[in-house]
Amino acid sequence: MTDEERKSNLDEMFGEFAELVLENVTIELDELRLSLQPMIQQVAAQVAKPALSMPTSLIPAKFTPPFGEYTSKIHEVTIGATKNEGGTRSKTLTIGGHKAPAWDLFQAPPKHLPIIAADVFDMKISLAKVVKNHYEEVLEDPAEWAKLCVNKYGADAITLHLISTDRQLKDTSPNEAAKTIEEVLQAVKVPVLIGSAGDPGKDGPVLAKAAEVCEGERTLLCSATVDVYEPIAEAAKKYNQVVLSWTSLDINQQKELNRRLIDWLKPEQIVIDPTTAALGYGLEYAFTIMQRMRLAGLLGDSELQYPISSGTTNAWAAREAWLKDPALGPRELRGPIWESVTALALLLAGNDLFMMMHPAAIKTVHDLIDWMKERKPVKSEDYPDWTSMALPEGV
Amino acid sequence: MAKLAGPMEIYPLLPGTNCKICGEANCMAFAAKMAEHTVKLTDCTPLYEEEKYAKNRAKLEELLRPPVREVVIGTGEKTVAIGGKLVLYRHDLRYTNPTAFFIDIADNLDAEAFEKRVKAIEDWTYVYIGQGLRLDGVALRCVSKDPQTFANAAKKLIGLTDWPIMLCSLDAKLLSAAATAIADKRPLLYAATVDTWSELGKIAAKHDLPIVAYAPNNLSDLASLATTLQAMGVHDIVLDPGTLSRSALGTTVDNFNQLRRAATIADNEQVGYPLLCTPISVWADYKEGDAPELTKWDEVLTAAAMIVRYADIIVLHSLDMWTNLPLTFLRSNLYTDPVKPVSVQPGLIKFGDAGPDSPVMYTTNFALTYFTVESDIKQGNVDAWLLVIDTEGMSVQSAVAGRKLTAEKVAEAIQEYGLGEKVNHRIIISPGMAARISGETEEASGWTVKVGPRDSSGIPKYLQKELWKEE
Repeated sequence: MTDEERKSNLDEMFGEFAELVLENVTIELDELRLSLQPMIQQVAAQVAKPALSMPTSLIPAKFTPPFGEYTSKIHEVTIGATKNEGGTRSKTLTIGGHKAPAWDLFQAPPKHLPIIAADVFDMKISLAKVVKNHYEEVLEDPAEWAKLCVNKYGADAITLHLISTDRQLKDTSPNEAAKTIEEVLQAVKVPVLIGSAGDPGKDGPVLAKAAEVCEGERTLLCSATVDVYEPIAEAAKKYNQVVLSWTSLDINQQKELNRRLIDWLKPEQIVIDPTTAALGYGLEYAFTIMQRMRLAGLLGDSELQYPISSGTTNAWAAREAWLKDPALGPRELRGPIWESVTALALLLAGNDLFMMMHPAAIKTVHDLIDWMKERKPVKSEDYPDWTSMALPEGV
Repeated sequence: MAKLAGPMEIYPLLPGTNCKICGEANCMAFAAKMAEHTVKLTDCTPLYEEEKYAKNRAKLEELLRPPVREVVIGTGEKTVAIGGKLVLYRHDLRYTNPTAFFIDIADNLDAEAFEKRVKAIEDWTYVYIGQGLRLDGVALRCVSKDPQTFANAAKKLIGLTDWPIMLCSLDAKLLSAAATAIADKRPLLYAATVDTWSELGKIAAKHDLPIVAYAPNNLSDLASLATTLQAMGVHDIVLDPGTLSRSALGTTVDNFNQLRRAATIADNEQVGYPLLCTPISVWADYKEGDAPELTKWDEVLTAAAMIVRYADIIVLHSLDMWTNLPLTFLRSNLYTDPVKPVSVQPGLIKFGDAGPDSPVMYTTNFALTYFTVESDIKQGNVDAWLLVIDTEGMSVQSAVAGRKLTAEKVAEAIQEYGLGEKVNHRIIISPGMAARISGETEEASGWTVKVGPRDSSGIPKYLQKELWKEE
């Protein structure tokens, strides 16, 4: 069709259109012009559009990977020490060292893969039923508990939480607590991390004592907070330990605490924890803060260039994880999937160290790390045709 | 990153008459909100009604077009919009159009099973922070491999539901048959490949239907398909780079990541379309006799990973509560506006017919905490007072640890909201998670503190048993 022909077609169409309208209704001419205008414009636009020339073959395109520019990298932090390094562990664990956003495999795979530390408590505590089932036999024996986590559940490390030191619980003295640490160090050969009770009056002396008992072991002291950090940082400096810098979902507070800690510690002695909120109960804050911290670190913010830790066991604070309610499906599955999905979101945000509890969730996160650590050479025929599969219904 | 248009780029293109029709005080205020994408350009009606603004309007539309185009599936009230993403990271602004969940249904199910599954998809729901979580659409799969069966099932489906539909077959003839049968319902077609783009592109263009371009693990082919479909006059395109799970999950994550980064950061318009992910693919590994729970487990993990990594629409097979609850929660969390306040107004809330003898509890002003406690108290159908304490929007556990919930704050709130005049007892029930500060609170406030349940679901029982009155 030439331009000339197209124009005459348009004229025909307008003519017919206008007559059609006038046949049926009587309206003022001005009104008609006004109401017709947009319609005619629309019709005209459609008609006047040049006919598409249908492609006869695929239009070639070349996809360019969208590389970013990152000026800095995350510090590498090593936890645990072998005999050669002055400790008694059979292996060490190194986290961090990243130079691209988390899991941007096309830019740079993770320098060190994330690790999982299983939670062990120094006294019997209340746990969700489906977690407790897996620890029933060891709830009053931290050394056996630690062994179970390592030998059966495959934890990379243990976090021994000295909650009995809390003045409102057993008020265990730092010296007593030190004995438990020694027992657990004897029981397992993986790195052992030490957690305090969260009692502002006791955390300092307890963790200072722990730093002393663990001399040479390069343990992680959990945690220094904005309220209690001096004695912990000082002991970590003296005994060459690593400190977990723990804040409450506040990136500025995290920077502030890190800034204070660096007066005592070297960068490779700090791991950061912005607090983990459960899936459905604020997970997005933890997710976004972790993602922002990692990006800020890569782009040069020296106060945030540290590996990140998550108290993933907090996932169990969500009632949907543990409520016994048949309408929600079996909690034996619901609970561990809750912990797993909480971990997975934070894994993708850039978390390096997971503190976890349910054996199925621990295994799942190990699997996920393994599945995601590199691009696999897959071919197009490896992708199943899911559109035509016969699937079981209602299972 | 690619910069979103700022107010100073938008303002000169607006009418500048400060007519206030959009509801803003002036054009500059509108420009500021437009830059944040909290208003729509169509709110500026003069732009669309007056011919003299046509040129500027076109410029504005171009300037404000999200780097990931929006695609609408379905017709009528139940449409679902996908894509329309403005940013790579939610903290850069916010994520728009939550990931749409489409659940599959096979075209060869018998009538009863077919109806039952459609109803199950429509009925799946859970109440979360006062809103009902739901699924979004139905993905009809051609398992029969028969065009007539597929087309009939499509017609049957639109008789059963007004939900958005996706038609799924990699065979062009089969897909064409069903697409033609229900074209007026604007289904999403799955999928055009490097082999079938010509035939399917024509159908999509003719009926103006959204269509998925599928090129497994080949991003250049995907860009090529999208460019070609666009040239054929197809407006609504969705990209599927293929979903593999387990040992190839990293490949899947990386492909989605590259596509979305390219669109939002590198301004690559060829891939500026919504992304489709198929966690249902994990069922290819399922063998009869296997425990289906293990496959479901993988499906949840795949879906969760890809909801985080930019999937705008996912196709699932599982319909269980335990599988889809964590996924809908995750979606809800990530699509929350990061700048929206997370707290509610502190104060004293009255439940039922609370009077001077009714129990008094306290909680924090973190929105989620508050709404959960509120719903539990209402469920218990009890008369009670709830003191909401300003913890800067933190949950009980975090607020205690972060010293945002202290004995002093509780004591101050008791004073400030005149609790002593509302009740004639001096007992306050603390959340179980705040047990640590109960002693200090008694000292600071002079009230007796009873430690309530650790989870607020225990409140009704706790109050009915009148445990708080015990010595």
